[in-house]
This record gives sequence, structure tokens and C-alpha cells, in this order.
Amino acid sequence: MTAPLIELHEVTRRYDEGPPALREVSLSVAPGEAVAILGPSGSGKSTMLNLVAGLDRPSTGTVTVDGVRVDKLGEAASARYRRARIGLVFQFFNLLDDLTVLDNVMLPAQLTGMSRGTAQRRATELLGRLGVDRHASAYPGRLSGGERQRVAVARALMNRPSLLLADEPTGALDTASGEDVMQLLTELHADGQTIVLVTHDLVLAETCATRTVQLLDGRIAADSALERVR
Amino acid sequence: MSALTQVVRSGVGRRRVQTIVIGLVVMIAVTSAVLGGSLMVASHGPFDRAFKQQQGAHLTAQFNAGTVTEAQLAASASAAGVAASAGPFATAQFALAGPGGNPVPPLNIVGRADAGGTVDRVVIVDGRWATGPGEIVLATGDGLRLPPKVIGQQWKVTDAPGSPSVTVVGTARSVSQTGDAWTTPEQLAAWTGADGPRTYQMLYRFTAAETAEQVQTGRTAVEATIPAGAVASAQSWLDVRREATGDTVLLVPFLIAFGVLGVVMAVLIIGNVVAGAVSTATRRIGILKALGFTPAQVVRTYVVQALIPATVGAVLGAVAGNLLTLPILAQTNRIYGTNDSGVALWVDAVVVGGALAMVAVTALAASARAGRLRSVDALAVGRTPRPGRGQWAARLTGRLPISRPVTLGLAHPFARPVRTISIVAAIAFGAAAVTFAVGLGTSLNRVQEVEDIADVQVGMAHHFEAGGPPPGPQRPQPLDDPAAIEKVIAAQAGTGGYMGVARSEITAVGITGKLDAVGVTGPDSARYYKMVSGSWLSGPGQIIVSTPFLTAAGKEVGDSIVLTDDGVDITVKIVGEVFNVDNDGMQVVTDIATLRQAEPELAPMTYYVTTRSGTDAGSYAQALSTALTSLSADANPLNHEPDEMIIIINALTGLLSLMLMVVAGLGVMNTVVLETRERVHDLGVHKALGMSPRQTTAMVIASVVVTGLVGGAAGTAVGVLLQRTVITEMASSVGFRLPDSVLDVYSSAELLFFGLAGLVIAVVGALLPAGWAAKTRVAVALRTE
Repeated sequence: MTAPLIELHEVTRRYDEGPPALREVSLSVAPGEAVAILGPSGSGKSTMLNLVAGLDRPSTGTVTVDGVRVDKLGEAASARYRRARIGLVFQFFNLLDDLTVLDNVMLPAQLTGMSRGTAQRRATELLGRLGVDRHASAYPGRLSGGERQRVAVARALMNRPSLLLADEPTGALDTASGEDVMQLLTELHADGQTIVLVTHDLVLAETCATRTVQLLDGRIAADSALERVR
Repeated sequence: MSALTQVVRSGVGRRRVQTIVIGLVVMIAVTSAVLGGSLMVASHGPFDRAFKQQQGAHLTAQFNAGTVTEAQLAASASAAGVAASAGPFATAQFALAGPGGNPVPPLNIVGRADAGGTVDRVVIVDGRWATGPGEIVLATGDGLRLPPKVIGQQWKVTDAPGSPSVTVVGTARSVSQTGDAWTTPEQLAAWTGADGPRTYQMLYRFTAAETAEQVQTGRTAVEATIPAGAVASAQSWLDVRREATGDTVLLVPFLIAFGVLGVVMAVLIIGNVVAGAVSTATRRIGILKALGFTPAQVVRTYVVQALIPATVGAVLGAVAGNLLTLPILAQTNRIYGTNDSGVALWVDAVVVGGALAMVAVTALAASARAGRLRSVDALAVGRTPRPGRGQWAARLTGRLPISRPVTLGLAHPFARPVRTISIVAAIAFGAAAVTFAVGLGTSLNRVQEVEDIADVQVGMAHHFEAGGPPPGPQRPQPLDDPAAIEKVIAAQAGTGGYMGVARSEITAVGITGKLDAVGVTGPDSARYYKMVSGSWLSGPGQIIVSTPFLTAAGKEVGDSIVLTDDGVDITVKIVGEVFNVDNDGMQVVTDIATLRQAEPELAPMTYYVTTRSGTDAGSYAQALSTALTSLSADANPLNHEPDEMIIIINALTGLLSLMLMVVAGLGVMNTVVLETRERVHDLGVHKALGMSPRQTTAMVIASVVVTGLVGGAAGTAVGVLLQRTVITEMASSVGFRLPDSVLDVYSSAELLFFGLAGLVIAVVGALLPAGWAAKTRVAVALRTE
């Protein structure tokens, strides 16, 4: 049996005095899976994504990704972990406005110390693959929402991550752009990319994901993989 | 609590860094201004104030005891124009030896029962006045340099009958310089013996004594009441003042320069802080306006938000300024014998009021933009710079073959050009302050070096008569055999160079009154003077003079002028302008042969000797004196201790520079905090993409590198310009032009170092916020929309 790429074991995340955002959640994701995390606002979706990305740490429990105990990483190690293994796609793209599209895409590779020339070749290839290479020298502000999200995906894939995490990737897009991004994610998954996406959008989940996990009040309310087993 | 008060309170509380920076900047600016202002007030005529406080003597006269009686002298107090008098006090000259038997030069000892009185209220600096037998009070200041902890020491009056011991019970200062030491009249009488005193001292204050003529009128009136020939010597207070106040005027342009630097920096940084506060609070302003705040209320909010910490800073600054003024004024008090407390309340009031007005105006200008913002625009504006600003710089730096976080940081300053310019200016002022401070100190030390070229002075051996009258003002006497003396000096081991000097009095066409003429001889005379322009003497018939002489005569280098010496007219050519402060710059330096045209017998009176490097001047002088014994000459080492005023200026310069550098560093810190806050979302993105804390720190530090380098370079240039301007102005205020060696004081390495000082200020200022940026939690940063 293949080792899971993501393993959350009895993870609880508590902020201040309020109720926990996540309560003793355990979850495994195998390599090559495309998992959609669903749930209403405040259910703990983004918290789970942040924990997997190493952006946050659990109050209790363990988070292991690609063999790395993410919950034990310090700030610097966490940065190196993200650089090497994680691609992040955000709802509002989070492209840097003062860098060109090409520079935005190259950035994660350059943070690893890759030379500008090598990074430029890889970024140009990715932009071409995602159909936005004609905007390479433009600034993000001049692109449509769908194009920006394609650029964001290109940036996320720059370091060939083992895991692509997407937080409401279509949430800020019109219908046509949203469908465009759905298509892109589906293609990436078809090429073998492991994807975890957080969304409210059932259509997105059904289109792109092979498995859905429902969160409610910080607990897993439903997991399609378990249901299939049953 | 009104809505406005509540908004102001939350603004002050939540923006802690800005609040602290405004408070600190104002505190330092006020500290600097109170210090500078108080010193400026105190340095304005310190001699005159000391003279007034001590009821100084307009005329200090010594009378021959054999020619005049005490009763006649007491009666001279009623001479026309005499407003008050003190004396007669018996005076005599005695040689003393310190605790180790070290002899000190003969002292003019005055027998005086108390320090007070209507004229010359001697200020007791330490200890008490002499009240009993065997007690003496020594004068501080000019003349004898006292050892530390002199009070309680047993000295010997070596040439009084029986060489009696005497206890030093106090040190005191007479602004009129009426004595080198004081004891009780009875004690002095015991030392002078059965013949009684040979001299009496009388101190007079005249109803009018502002000019030399008025003092002379008073002296003539006094002399008319006593037997002819009774006056042994007399000293006008105007001569004492000229000696004492020569360099106090130097403080004024120096303090003005620092004052201006401090004020401009405070304006820049407070403007930057308030503008930054407005900039980072654009959404807040939009919300306030949407809730019904008028533009005037918004402006008032930000002005009051700036004024609250500024007021606290100003009050603390005034207290700190006064505390710093006290020890420095204690030094000037010691020099001039004044007793200024250092606290000038009106200076505090003016500085605090001025600083707060400046903060209000700066905050008003910076927050006016907030008032003008339309609510809808304010609510829509994000925190990052508008796209388009500085993108060219990002593109350009992105191509540099260095680490990407560094190139990202290098582009940051170009996104906010106005803010960057203001912080470049603040750094520039900090670097200018350091450059200026070091340059000024070096220039002042070089001025001192010009005066300290000679190490040893050779003159006629002094013989004094124990218990005899004080010498009064003396002119040097011609040496018996200058040629032989010159040979001895040249042959003495350790001699580096020497110059013989003869003195005479001359007049010059176009200049009123008599002038000092110095005739030089010897192979090395040129090295004892620093030329401003022209060339050194190449033979007789030539003179070199200082700027005041040229100004007074209306001449330039290259012109000829007729001098009259002993009734003989000598036409000479002015071949050079020299930096020579002797006789207030009204001294003529020429080859001794020029003066011999009128005075064939004129011979050197003094030789100035420079010793070879590594030679101890004291031992050299002792050995040379021994070698000169048969020629009735002796050698004495010259005092090279730095002028106290220069020490004060150097100390102040260091302190004020440090303050300005701290202010500049705070300005950088505030800017980087603003930048970090404005870029917190971008920072989150960078970190989400894998930027490590070290890379984040590097990016933030790199963001101030260009600013620091440009500010440092500009500041260094400004500092050099300021040093040249201030030092030239300082010299010009006393009528002099300076030689290049005093003006050109910076080496290339020093300039490079000062240029890098801007970078140091910038990096130190950015370290703290860089640390905060590195610690920022990504999840928190990304939520900041």
C-alpha cells in the first residue's frame, strides 16, 4: 500500500478562548488524489489548509506531509518545506503587483537559489502550458481574473511541488473564468498532481476532486472515500 | 468622551511605534535645542557677565610702598570718576614649592582679609578663604596650572624667612586676575619681614570704563591724587577681557549650525511620521468619513494624535536639555568664574512652544491629504502601492545577479518616492552631522596645532627678588648673545628646528595706532607660520600679515605699504597672508633685517624651538637651560594642553551628532515600520511562497541600502560643506581667513567612512522592523486585506 502524502492525526487547533477551529481531526490523503474540503464558513477548512501548508501549527495532534512532520517545523524550516513541496493558490491570487507576470512566476524558484536564466526557462514553459505566456512581461493588474489565477497556478507549480493546495481558487472569478480554472485543475490532476482544494463550490468539487471531505464545526462530517469503503 | 477624543485615543494607543517615534524625535530635538539655546545664552559675553557678577576692577594698579602711604591710597578712592574701590592690599612676589618640593614660578601674593567687597568679589571655586596664619588660597584659571586635589596640601614659601609651610585652604577665581594667590594681610606681613610690603594693590571701578580712553581718564584722575611715580604698574579690564573672550564667539556659529540641523531633521521626520500615519490609515479615514467625520475633524484628529506624544517628548526634552546643560555650563563657569545655573526658563518656553508649533504645522500639512480624501476612494484603497510606482526599479533590480530577496528589497524605495526622499534627507542630515562633527573637531585641533608648533621657548633667564613687587606687564628683553645661543640650540640633541624672534613697535600707513612687528631669523622660521595665501619671506623688505591687518589697511597680497619704525619709513611688500592670531591679527611678521634698517641693534628676544619626534620637551628644556646658563638664557617647555573651549566644543559636537544620528535612525525605523505594515500582505505572500525569516530580514534590510547609501553620500557632501562654511564663519567672525590645512581636513578614507555612516544609520534603523517582519505569521499577514 502506498504511504499517504498527507496524514493528519487527531489535530486540534484552538485560537484564544473560543471554540476550537478544528477538533481532533484525522485525515489521510494518498499521492495523486484530488481532495475537495467542503464546509460552511467557520467550519475549519482554511485552518486545515494552513496547517497542511505549514502556515499555522496545531494546538495538539500531528501533521505529516510527504514524510515531513510539519507541526514540528520552525519558521525557517517551514519556509524551506513550502518552497520544496507545496504550491499554494489563493482565492485573491496574491500576485505581487510590482512584479511582472514572469517575475511573479519565477519568484519561488529564485528563493531556492535557482539562477535567473534557469528560472526564466521553467517559468516561460509553465506560462505557455497554462496559456498565459503572451502576458509574461505584463503586470498582474492588467490581466483578467481568470488569467491572474492561471498565473498564480503557474507560480504554485514552479518548484514542481508534490502537493498543490488551493483555497477557493474560483471564489473571486466570474463563471467563465471559474470554469477555465476548473478545467486547468482537472488537467493537472490528470497529469498526476496531488491537489487539496478548499471550496464552497460544489460544482468545483465535483468537477475537479476525486474525493470530498465535509467539515462542520471543526470536525469531519463526511468523507466520500470512507463512504465508498462502506 | 467625544467621538473625536475616542478616535484620537485609539489612534495614539494603536500606533505605538509612530507615537513613540514622534515623542522621541521631539524629545531629542528639544533636548538639542534647549542645550544649544542655553549655551548660546550663557556663551553670550560670559566674561562680561562674570565681570558684572564679581564687580570686576576696571583698573588694577600696583603702587610702590616707598612712595605712597596706605592713607593716600585709601583717599584715591574719592578721585573723580571712581565709583568704588578696594584696597590698599599689600602684595609681594614669592617662590613656592609644591608637596614634592617641585618649584612653581613666582606668584603674585595678595594679602586680603576676605574675598568679597565692593570691587573684585573673588569667587571661591573650592575650599574656603584664608583666615589664619599659614593659609593660602591659589588662583585657578590663567597662570598656574593647579594639580588635582590641591586643597589641604602643604606647600612651602621657599624664599620667605625660614621657608615656612603653608596650607592650601582654597582655590579661587578673580575675573580681573588681581592675584596668583591670596593670604591674610598678617601672614603676608610676616613673610615680607620688618621692611614691610614693597607694593600695594588698589582696585578701582569707574563710572565710565567702556573704552580705553575712559579707563585712561580714570587712571589719570587716580594718579592726580597720589605722589608722582607711585604707580608701579596698572592693568585695564579691557586688556583682560580681550585676552579672555577671544574664542567664546566661536561657539555661536557652531551652535546655530547644530540648531538648524536639528530643526530641519525634526520637521522631516515628524512630517514623514504623520504622513505615514495618514497613508497607513487610509481605510480608517474612509470609515471615519463614511461615519460622518468632516474633513476638518479628520485633520484635527491627526494633528492632535501627533501633538500628544510631541508634548510629552517636548517636556522630557526640556528636562533632559537642562540636565545636560548643567555639567557643560559648570565647565564654562569654571573657565570664566561665572555662576550660571544653566536653566534659562525663557529658552525652555521658546523651544517647547516652537517645537509644538512646528509639530502642529507639519502634522497639519501632512494630514491635509487625509481631509481631502474622498470616502469612497479611501475605502477602496488597498495597502500596497498603486501599480505602476517603482515597477521599473523592480524590473531593473530583478536582473541583478544577486539573491532575489535582496533585489526585491532594493526596489522598495522606488515605490514611495516622496517618502524615500524625505528619509534620504533625514539620513543625509545624520551623516552630515557626523561628517561635520569630525571635521569641525579636526579643524579646531589644527588651529590649536598652528599655535602649538613650537615645543620650547628660549629667553632671558628671569631673576626675581623674593618678597619684591610683582613684575606687572613685561616685554621680553633682548638676549645678550643671540648668535651664541643659536649655536647652542642648533647643537643641542633633540633640536628639530628653531626660529629667533625680535619684537618692535611700528606704525603703518592707513592703520591707526601702534602695531607689533616681529622680526624673524633662523633657518626654519617658515615652519612656524601657516600661510593662507602668497608666499613666505624670501628676504628683507617683505612682510607677511594676517587678514585683520589686510582688512584694516585695505591692502592685498602683492601690494606695498609704508611702515614707520623708530621714525624711519620702510617701504615693504606684502608677500603673504598668514594665519596668526597674535595681537588680534594686527601683527607684522618680517625678516629681522627689515627692522634693522631702522633699529640696527635689534636682536632676537626669544627663540622658539621644535623638538625632534620622540623628544620629551621637559627634559630637552632642562638640558638646554643648563647649556645656556653661561649665556643668561633659559629654556621652558610650552604648554600644549588643548584649549578648554575646544574641549567643550568637541564634547558638544559629539553629543549633538549622536542625537542627530539617533533621530535619523528613528526616522528610518519609522519608515521601515510603515513599509512593513503597508507591505504586510506582500510579505505574507512571499513567506507563503517559501521566503525564510533570514531572507525576509535580508529583503527588509536591502530596502534601506539604497536610501542609506544615497543619504550617506549626500550627507557627507553637506557635512563637508557645512564644516567649511561654519569654520570659515567662525574665523570670519573674529576677522580671520584660515589656511588650507585647517579647512581641508578630510582624507578620502574618512569621506568613504562618513558616506557609509548613512548606510549604518539606515541598517540599524531597519533592524528592529526587519526582525518583526521576519516573525510575522503568514496566516495573519494573508488575512490582512
